[in-house]
Amino acid sequence: MELGPYILLASLEGAVTAAVLALTAVGLALVFGVMRVVNIAHGEFFMLGAVIAWWVAQTVGGHPAIGFAAALVIAPLAVGGIAAAADMTILKRLNYDPERTIVATIGLLYILQQLTLMTYGPEARPVEAPFNQRIALPWIEHGESGWQVIWPWGLGTTSYKLAVIGAACVVLAGVWLMMARSRLGLVMRATQADRDMALAFGIPVERVYALVFGMGAALAALAAVLIVPIQQAHYLMGADPLLLSFIVVIIGGLGSLPGTVLAAVLIGLSDGIISVFFSPTLAKIIATLLVGLVLVFRPEGLFGTRRR
Amino acid sequence: MSPETRRILALHGGLLLLLLGLQFVLPAYHHGNLARIMVLASYAIGYNILFGYTGLLSLGHALFFAAGMYGMALTIQYAGFSPAPALLAGLLAGLVVSAGLAMLALRTTGVAFMIVTLMFAQAGYLSILYFGEYTRGDEGFVIQTARRMLWGIDLSDPTNRYLAALLLFSVCLALSLWLVRAPFGRVLVAIRENEERVQMLGYDTHAHKLGAMIVSGTISALAGAVYGLLFGYAGASFASVQYSIFPLLWVLLGGAGTVLGPFLGTLFMFYLIDLSSGLTTAYMLIAGVALVVLTLFAPQGLAGELRRRLWGWLP
Repeated sequence: MELGPYILLASLEGAVTAAVLALTAVGLALVFGVMRVVNIAHGEFFMLGAVIAWWVAQTVGGHPAIGFAAALVIAPLAVGGIAAAADMTILKRLNYDPERTIVATIGLLYILQQLTLMTYGPEARPVEAPFNQRIALPWIEHGESGWQVIWPWGLGTTSYKLAVIGAACVVLAGVWLMMARSRLGLVMRATQADRDMALAFGIPVERVYALVFGMGAALAALAAVLIVPIQQAHYLMGADPLLLSFIVVIIGGLGSLPGTVLAAVLIGLSDGIISVFFSPTLAKIIATLLVGLVLVFRPEGLFGTRRR
Repeated sequence: MSPETRRILALHGGLLLLLLGLQFVLPAYHHGNLARIMVLASYAIGYNILFGYTGLLSLGHALFFAAGMYGMALTIQYAGFSPAPALLAGLLAGLVVSAGLAMLALRTTGVAFMIVTLMFAQAGYLSILYFGEYTRGDEGFVIQTARRMLWGIDLSDPTNRYLAALLLFSVCLALSLWLVRAPFGRVLVAIRENEERVQMLGYDTHAHKLGAMIVSGTISALAGAVYGLLFGYAGASFASVQYSIFPLLWVLLGGAGTVLGPFLGTLFMFYLIDLSSGLTTAYMLIAGVALVVLTLFAPQGLAGELRRRLWGWLP
């Protein structure tokens, strides 16, 4: 394959990464934006989503589409429930103190990860995609007889990957609509703007916090259900999404939803293209250093506006 | 000497004498464990200076531990150093790395400080993997017994190893005890309690925090270098996030901001994990539960509770 089709293929793969990453990162940004706490266990909620999806698909049986549809509903609800319970039993009692919350969510990370290891085991297991047709893609090339359309070997995608991108767009639009237009979103934004004032106006802040924490986790779980037919479910799979979501949230301006989505697309696409040219370890080194340096020199994020 | 000072010296000196006495009575298995615990406790002592006394929560101390370990191991392996200069190389590596990270990370505070240290430590871990040709990555490499002769003393011998670990631990304990009772350490505690007020009193808080982070990182690096030398192995896993979380856990459990806390916490956690790993492979579960329970119910830790209830004079 020549370079042109190669880059097209890489950006298609990158778009899938970006779609899943955007969902995961928006979950993290929502929690950070409204509650001002950093959830280190976010990657484990992603992992739980994938593992529960496998479990549901296994239990339901029948046509893969039925199991997958069931997982699409059950996994985010279950994970959201677990997260909301963790919020009410642990984070609430810490008064959402930022530093102690980080320590507690590190603990939560190990608890979830190791419990999964004890019950689900160390194997990586796939979930079958509900539909999976190959779609070959054309490429326009300047040949001997002028411009012509060719079908390069290996250039293609699957219908499922396109569906993942579409589903992510729909969900993100839904989250945006909820935040911007609904009454629930208004309450959340009020809590974000001024916790004490919201409390004074009779907003049940603690319930809003539990809901937001659950929703953030549910978004991560949803992203994991979408990706699990492409990647397999494994108890250590949460580390990479956590790191990438962090990068996205920090570059996207700490808690701003549009900035987060933009950064996710940017990082997802460049991740796909960079990993074609560089070794993945080197790409990760550059990415982690970038996050550290951005936090040191532009703590409000690349796209964020200066607070205070 | 005030009676308080006398009591403090008696307690800490007594612990060291007890550890010296245990060398002669402990069965081989626990003897080896205790040597390991003393080295790891020295690492925790380093961590405690930054976290317990200055109030800065770092999630990247594995970077310093690994800097010391690889500074020592790589110079032995590739530059043919003998152990003494190699230990010095490890110490210097820790000094340089901690000074560099301190200058960057101390521009931030609170949560940003935690994430910045985490990210740089992760970059360090990945770099060790990336240069796997020299560092042997996750697999690590063994330092040959013949290379571990310090001034004619064979450090792979259990008795020598125990005494070397005890020596390191004594030096770190004494240093930390002296530091927190010196004016410098008093200012660090004051920064932990209220940084703005300290600033207003005319202290250069940034310089003090810088100093604390460098001392903390260098002690951690020394512990890393000695660990590699005594147990004859250097590997990338010592640079992973887990080894940044461990000292936090030990210090939280033992009591942040107490001189004895790091040792107590390391001792307890080591045996807790040792016992539970006989039952299940998922022994990190214990660490997770301990973290959550500690932040919820006992943010003061063992020695902290001791200070609160019994011995108000505990440093």
